[in-house]
Amino acid sequence: MRIVIIDDSGLRATVLEEGLRDAGYDDIHIVPPRGAFVARLERMAPDVVLMDLGSPSRDTLEEMLTVSRALARPIAMFVDQSDEAMIGAAIDAGVSAYVVDGLRKERVKPVLELAVRRFNAFSRMQTELEEARTALADRKVIDRAKSILMNQRALSEQDAYALLRSTAMNQGKKLVDVAQALITASDLLGGI
Amino acid sequence: MTTSLRIAFLPLNDVAVLAVARERGFAEEEGIALDLVRTTSWATLRDRLVYGQVQAAHMLAPLAVAVTLGLSQQPAALAAPFKLGVNGNMLVMAKDFAAALAPDPAARLADPLGTAHDFAAAIGLWRRKPVIGVVHRFSSHALMLRYWLASAGVDPDRDVVLRVLPPSLTVEAIHGGEIDGFIAGEPWGSAAIDSGRAEAVAIGERIWQRGVEKVLAFRENWLDENPDTVDRLLRALARAAVWCDEPGNREALADILADPRYVGQPSDLILRALTGTIVPRAGDAAVSSPDFVLFSREATSFPWRSQALWIYSQLVRWKMAEPSDETEAKAAAVFRPDVYRRALAGSDLPMPGASMKLEGAVGAPLGVGSRKGDLTLGPDRFFDGRVFDPERIADYVSGFSQTR
Repeated sequence: MRIVIIDDSGLRATVLEEGLRDAGYDDIHIVPPRGAFVARLERMAPDVVLMDLGSPSRDTLEEMLTVSRALARPIAMFVDQSDEAMIGAAIDAGVSAYVVDGLRKERVKPVLELAVRRFNAFSRMQTELEEARTALADRKVIDRAKSILMNQRALSEQDAYALLRSTAMNQGKKLVDVAQALITASDLLGGI
Repeated sequence: MTTSLRIAFLPLNDVAVLAVARERGFAEEEGIALDLVRTTSWATLRDRLVYGQVQAAHMLAPLAVAVTLGLSQQPAALAAPFKLGVNGNMLVMAKDFAAALAPDPAARLADPLGTAHDFAAAIGLWRRKPVIGVVHRFSSHALMLRYWLASAGVDPDRDVVLRVLPPSLTVEAIHGGEIDGFIAGEPWGSAAIDSGRAEAVAIGERIWQRGVEKVLAFRENWLDENPDTVDRLLRALARAAVWCDEPGNREALADILADPRYVGQPSDLILRALTGTIVPRAGDAAVSSPDFVLFSREATSFPWRSQALWIYSQLVRWKMAEPSDETEAKAAAVFRPDVYRRALAGSDLPMPGASMKLEGAVGAPLGVGSRKGDLTLGPDRFFDGRVFDPERIADYVSGFSQTR
């Protein structure tokens, strides 16, 4: 079974491809949705096409599936139109799947289920990465605010942190917001 | 009690009424918490609506008809009780293609028939078929472009290549030479013009003076099961639409739309279409087109059944749908003037007395029968002067010269 993944996010496509290979599929191709991707797709004659639901090129792909001579067979989206729970899960995960009609749905269903799981895993990874980035940025802001306090008020690092924290608690604000306000004020007043 | 509603949209100027209903509190005043879900393709918007991930969508009117007729993936009965705007599209072409047309772009816009013939005459000059981008097979853009090309004897399925591509990629595609022109909702035509690679060739309003564009589409069964929520939403949208049409609010509206949550393009670019001042070529003087886009006046939001039937006539004309009484009835039923009347009965908006009209028959502003208030309809001519009579669709379709 030939599976084409249309995706320009290298990481997401790789996450999906790995999952499919682990499950025993080996005829897998990744095509970015740019330029003449439709022509490439036609030459490949896939059985299943998987695409990110958020890709702006979905309309282009559907048009090709409607008019393509190379794939002059009816195309159905998703495995079984009656399986609404599965379709809902796919939409939530951000997967769109196009299946060349004539392929038995028992063969396609595991592919779609796997795609949903991998897309979910990918978005968790993205979220964690984003959180880690934010945490790092927050720490930099707090460190800078601490050093301002240490310089201006001759506090120890521990005391500077304690002052930031108690200010945040008293004002009902996030520590990083208090730190940012301090940096802004210090910049305005021509501090460090 | 507050009702939450999820509505999917695409980043285009004509999401204005929905954005304003949320941002200026009109929805909230009707007890509706609007969650506007940005999507990047019509296919995804359609899937979200058909599979119930959203309750309504900012949809191309022909797509709503096509989904109902089973012409697009996932057939489903859709219902459109409210139009989100009228007009608003622009056809632009790369500079080397525009060079075969009248040198003054303002003159081109003023004479769509002459421009279509100039373009037709130039097709043979190029060693390949011109490639023109459209946003979707079932879009008013595609139907309008086909109508315009065919008026000059160009067969849109034979003499040119119509390529579907998302509005957000049009500018890049014209830069890369993948397409020679495109027709899309604003601000994408203006963005391509500003990039210096393209020029305006036609604007929707000069092809059909009051063309049908986006509708608010629901699943029919959901619409029928939630009349109170639908009514409250329509009242909020009608007030938002009045706000959008107010000239004094145009700059504030452009600022709302410029937000990355909506269109995410510069507000001065967005403002052009909203105020009907079109810059047809980078550096040229602006051309005034006061009816470039309408949101409320002249009962813009009213879903005339005759307009759903005009869409059907074009689907038949281009052999996208098989003509039959059943198909015709299904297409007409997508537009729901009955729901519009019910929801807005208590408002002071003028209410059309009829649900169908001749399309293309009004040459100058015309006062018409209205159950309440004064209703003036603006000129709604097609540029070739044809009139669409919804009672005589077969005659209308066979009246177009066969290009094949």
